[in-house]
Amino acid sequence: MKIHEYQAKAILKKYGVAVPRGEMVESRQQAESAAKALFDSGASGVVVKAQIHAGGRGKGGGVKIAKSVEEAGELASKMLGMTLVTHQTGPEGKRVQRLLIEETLPIESELYLGIVIDRAEAKPVFMASRAGGMEIEQVAAENPGAILKEYITPGLGLGAFQARKLAFQLGLKPQQIAEAVRFMIGLYRAFEETDSSLVEINPFISCSDGRLFALDAKINFDDNALFRHPDLMQLRDTSEEDPLEVEASKYNLNYIKLEGNVGCMVNGAGLAMATMDIIKYAGGTPANFLDVGGGANAEQVTHAFEILLSDKSVKAVLINIFGGILRVDTLARGVVEAARKTQIQLPVVLRLEGTNVEEGREILQHSGLNFIVADTMKDAAEKVVAAAGQGG
Amino acid sequence: MSILVDKSTRVIVQGLTGREGTFHAKACAEYGTKIVGGVTPGKGGTTHEGWPIFNSVQEAVDKTGAEASVIFVPPPFAADAIMEAADAEIELIIAITEGIPVLDMVRAWEFLQTRRARLIGPNCPGIISPGKCKIGIMPARIHREGPVGIVSRSGTLTYEAVYQLTTRGLGQSTAIGIGGDPIIGTSFTDALDLFNRDPQTEAVILIGEIGGNAEETAAEFVKERMKKPVIGFIAGQTAPPGRRMGHAGAIISGGHGTASEKIKAMEAAGIRVCGSPAEIGETVAATLGVKAGA
Repeated sequence: MKIHEYQAKAILKKYGVAVPRGEMVESRQQAESAAKALFDSGASGVVVKAQIHAGGRGKGGGVKIAKSVEEAGELASKMLGMTLVTHQTGPEGKRVQRLLIEETLPIESELYLGIVIDRAEAKPVFMASRAGGMEIEQVAAENPGAILKEYITPGLGLGAFQARKLAFQLGLKPQQIAEAVRFMIGLYRAFEETDSSLVEINPFISCSDGRLFALDAKINFDDNALFRHPDLMQLRDTSEEDPLEVEASKYNLNYIKLEGNVGCMVNGAGLAMATMDIIKYAGGTPANFLDVGGGANAEQVTHAFEILLSDKSVKAVLINIFGGILRVDTLARGVVEAARKTQIQLPVVLRLEGTNVEEGREILQHSGLNFIVADTMKDAAEKVVAAAGQGG
Repeated sequence: MSILVDKSTRVIVQGLTGREGTFHAKACAEYGTKIVGGVTPGKGGTTHEGWPIFNSVQEAVDKTGAEASVIFVPPPFAADAIMEAADAEIELIIAITEGIPVLDMVRAWEFLQTRRARLIGPNCPGIISPGKCKIGIMPARIHREGPVGIVSRSGTLTYEAVYQLTTRGLGQSTAIGIGGDPIIGTSFTDALDLFNRDPQTEAVILIGEIGGNAEETAAEFVKERMKKPVIGFIAGQTAPPGRRMGHAGAIISGGHGTASEKIKAMEAAGIRVCGSPAEIGETVAATLGVKAGA
């Protein structure tokens, strides 16, 4: 789960990580009063930052500096409601509904800090780099040596010695080291205690007066761990997500919107991806990826079907199920019920195999509904691509 | 022979009394697997479907001599169940559970380094050696005994590959699903190493997917050590970057973990990579056919 910058900063602040003074606002009026409070308490300028779940906001015009309360108000009114397009939003962009108004700081150097899980080591890895403010992926690709790494032993957390090592390697001054160590240890504690999958401070700034701040902050949570963080679940902003993806998540279905016209209902992530691949092979394009998962019940299958059909770009549906935990008869019952309920007009190609497949096929045969049955994945892909082509 | 399991493997089920645990334990037993009991804390001393239930894995091991455990415990408690099994000196732990928090697995993985257990999964279909033993949730009827080893990050896609083999008259030595999570107990390389040493296995199918670099590491192993032909497939060739494709581990991030990178590394290691998932069976048949004719 992704959250906004202002939410991430509020969490980090609780862990003693220094963030610039600021406030989240939703109107010009609020923006002006937030800016006034900052100017009154000595800020020489304020930054108006669009709050969307995507990076690259600066280049897209979503981060601007104001030198007065009026200017902050002007910028806020322009930014609120605008559609911001960055390299991470896709061409359709994202509508800006909230802003973060923050004090400007005397930046001397821009550094990078990040924490992720390293799969090969099966441990969290704390990364630091002098190349802050840039795409870290680009740094990693062009100059991997520029990224410093410390692996974290579960249970022990980030050791002070590790943080100190990173701080010196980052070129911080001796009088900044203690503060940097506190900052990094706080950052790691935030990562672990919130069950994050990513914490990233880019840039992590060193000011001319020696102070250190998280100028930007990004936190992604591990969806699998949200059950033990009801407070963090409140931070979810569904307006940042595809409405059908939100609907699907209510029923524990995994739905991802894609570009084409073939709706795909599949069980299991690997088979779903392979189904997408084979549709492309057959000359079509999947409209979505809908994984009903391992242990789906008839009700979930019905919802899955409804979600597929509410995507207007879908011209034909392919159901490719290989039953393991999910029994084929369960699936068939769900499909028949959903097809009746939605009075489906679109062609549906079914390819079923696995646990209880005979019972499943029987249910479909006796349903009186007009499904196209396929034997193999290839056969199914060709049939559905042909059907989607005819449909429009 | 086969890898890791055979007819004599004694298996307990952690979470046997749950719906999925019951259904699949019965299916495994019907297949001939020696299920010897179950563990459900608080239900010790009772029986379930004729199997004795124990309060702890240690007690189950002491009373039944179990050497393998299959875990159907819900995600919040599954990492703990894995550690409990390892601590009771279970040799082979198969964690079916999907959705375990990744930091729980970080801790469990660290714990496993201090014990001798091998973990398969989590978030996996398990392991089957057709005709001998099935510990997992795969549909048994599509399998048959034979010379092809399969190792895969995906469950249902493994079934697809098995099905393509069986319908061509090609059997499997062992099919092992290693799981779709970022942190898993048994890697592609571990499984390839076992297949390399198994006399029954003549060729191996490696089914990978986008995300991480496990396929690249496996390709290195194949290049340097593998004595048997390897046929590969990578799911997610058309997946958009930055989206988590169902599996927690299946995500292209920062331009890494793409299918094309993996396919390139695999082909460079001499692995025959199938472009379409429908070609897996025929590619294996051709590979073994060529070998038999030579």
